[in-house]
Amino acid sequence: MLEIKNLHVKLEEEDKQILKGVDLTVEAGKVHAIMGPNGSGKSTLSYVLSGRDGYEVTEGAATLDGTDLLELEPEERAAAGLFLAFQYPVEIPGVGNMTFLRTAVNAQRKARGQDELSATEFLKVIREKAKALKIDAEMLKRPVNVGFSGGEKKRNEILQMAMLEPKMCILDETDSGLDVDAMKLVADGVNALRDEGRAFLVITHYQRLLDHIKPDVVHIMSDGRIVKTGGPELALEVETNGYADFLEEA
Amino acid sequence: MSALPKAKLDATQARLAALSAPEAPGWTGPARNAALERVETLGLPAPRDEYWRFTRPASLVQAEAPAAEVYTSSDTPIFDGIDRVKLVFVDGVFDAGASDDPALAGVTIERLQAAQTTDIHWARDLYGTLEARGQTPVARPLAALNTAFATDGVLIHVTGRAERPVSLIYLHESETSDAYLHHVVKLEAGAEMTLLENGPGAARMNMVMEVELADRAAFHHVRAQGRDHQRRAATHVFARLGSESTFKSFTVTMNGVMTRNECVLELTGDNATAHVAGAALGDGDFHHDDTVFVTHDAVNCESRQVFKKVLRNGATGVFQGKILVKPGAQKTDGYQISQSLLLDGDSQFLAKPELEIYADDVACSHGSTSGAIDETGLFYLRSRGIPEGPATDLLTLAFLAEAVQEIEDGALQEEVLDRLRGWLERRRH
Repeated sequence: MLEIKNLHVKLEEEDKQILKGVDLTVEAGKVHAIMGPNGSGKSTLSYVLSGRDGYEVTEGAATLDGTDLLELEPEERAAAGLFLAFQYPVEIPGVGNMTFLRTAVNAQRKARGQDELSATEFLKVIREKAKALKIDAEMLKRPVNVGFSGGEKKRNEILQMAMLEPKMCILDETDSGLDVDAMKLVADGVNALRDEGRAFLVITHYQRLLDHIKPDVVHIMSDGRIVKTGGPELALEVETNGYADFLEEA
Repeated sequence: MSALPKAKLDATQARLAALSAPEAPGWTGPARNAALERVETLGLPAPRDEYWRFTRPASLVQAEAPAAEVYTSSDTPIFDGIDRVKLVFVDGVFDAGASDDPALAGVTIERLQAAQTTDIHWARDLYGTLEARGQTPVARPLAALNTAFATDGVLIHVTGRAERPVSLIYLHESETSDAYLHHVVKLEAGAEMTLLENGPGAARMNMVMEVELADRAAFHHVRAQGRDHQRRAATHVFARLGSESTFKSFTVTMNGVMTRNECVLELTGDNATAHVAGAALGDGDFHHDDTVFVTHDAVNCESRQVFKKVLRNGATGVFQGKILVKPGAQKTDGYQISQSLLLDGDSQFLAKPELEIYADDVACSHGSTSGAIDETGLFYLRSRGIPEGPATDLLTLAFLAEAVQEIEDGALQEEVLDRLRGWLERRRH
């Protein structure tokens, strides 16, 4: 589904290479995790894939089901089925959460040549999905993420994911700032979306999120490269010994 | 008049020479004469005047109105979906044929031109009175000029709760029209009404509205200035608020090479509330100036000024806003915010927020900001599949929301939002 080949990325503003040849293939139906220390390039990878400004791809390729992602605008990548759950969800004062979600869902439907959802249809779907994530009507009415707690913001990200039904979901440190209960709620939301046609790339520092969202494959990233790939046991190894061993290997 | 600087004196005399007073001013005569004296003493606005630092007054002062092309469009005019009593003015002249029968329970509506010749009239003590009070501490000579030379307008006396809004529609049909409209609105104790205004009105329009609110009265005002891009306007709204009265005014301005909207509010009764707000969207040689002066002269009153401007392609926005709290006006709650969203580097926003407070138990705050579209927010919306154009519009509407929300009536709010969306969409390509 997602194929990244020899991806080299530098910051546009300064001559600093962040990704130095990332190779990664995520198959449909699978959950891959990327772990790594701060500054290893994990978040950069998620931003480059979703099309944020400020990065320059100097070499390599990234495709989603054969479509060249790097050629597309952020909204086209979203319509193609890519979703990024932000590490720091953005507050947008003045835009109601519900309006935002409906605009997004309908923009994607339009881009795919589908009919837009009516207000009633949309309401029916969102109520059901919000309920599962314990998001109440009040939170749906409020401006996007404004005054939300850390946990509420992350649940809101998962609600967006559930509404947009992407095929490739990237979760960037979704566990940061969450207590155990909130993490469980978020993980349940993610697990509910797991199916044959959908893949996940879970970026995290810690193994604890992976207790709740069980990965099929774990990658260790260091200094802009994937330095080791293995099964779920790799995460446990990190938890016990830290990253030092892998860094030395690299 | 001789005490004025030469350039100002010449400009004022040239303007006055081109105007003629109505032949039968009736009871407005003394007020018109007094206003003329004010103009002669103050002189008309000139480029060096402090109050006109950010706006060039020349085109509003010169004897001839600069020509303005008439804009024709098949769009439905704003407020079309609102059940209202329509009063139509064409280039500043009342058009009875195009207007509704001004019959509305609890409200009497008369045309200034006809009513001024009657023997006794309730408006006699008001016409030009609030304008004259509003000349200190800052002079507003264009308003005095209006009182002296107004050719038409409406006198609205509200004694009950008006069940429908009164809607003043200003059509512009002549490329060189110069209109002087003067309206007086008096709301008796507990009375309530909504006044709507829309349309360019003339190539150049000078409009004055004086609103007197007795105790517990409520006045809602929603105005749309737009369409004809080359039109010019200088407007003044003067209001005096009695105890527990409510005054709420909102203006949306789209297009127009020159707009100066002054609003002068005086809270003279305890527990009164005055809100004045505006949303302006400007493109290119658009120049829009909001000048507001709120005087608190009673206890426990609340005032709010909320002004938002979206500027692109070199458009200019101006805000001069003042809150004056007089001695003894304790428990005053004053709020003022003026903000601009600059959609490119060529546009500019000039703001002069002021507070002057002579009471010690008050809460007043003000803020003024200027900024671009938030790139992080834009990326967030785009990453959810919303294309750049609609995402920018969504953020722009969000920026304007605080001002638009000052309109209490949901249907009127929706009418305004519709216009804002349309304006943004038309500029997306």
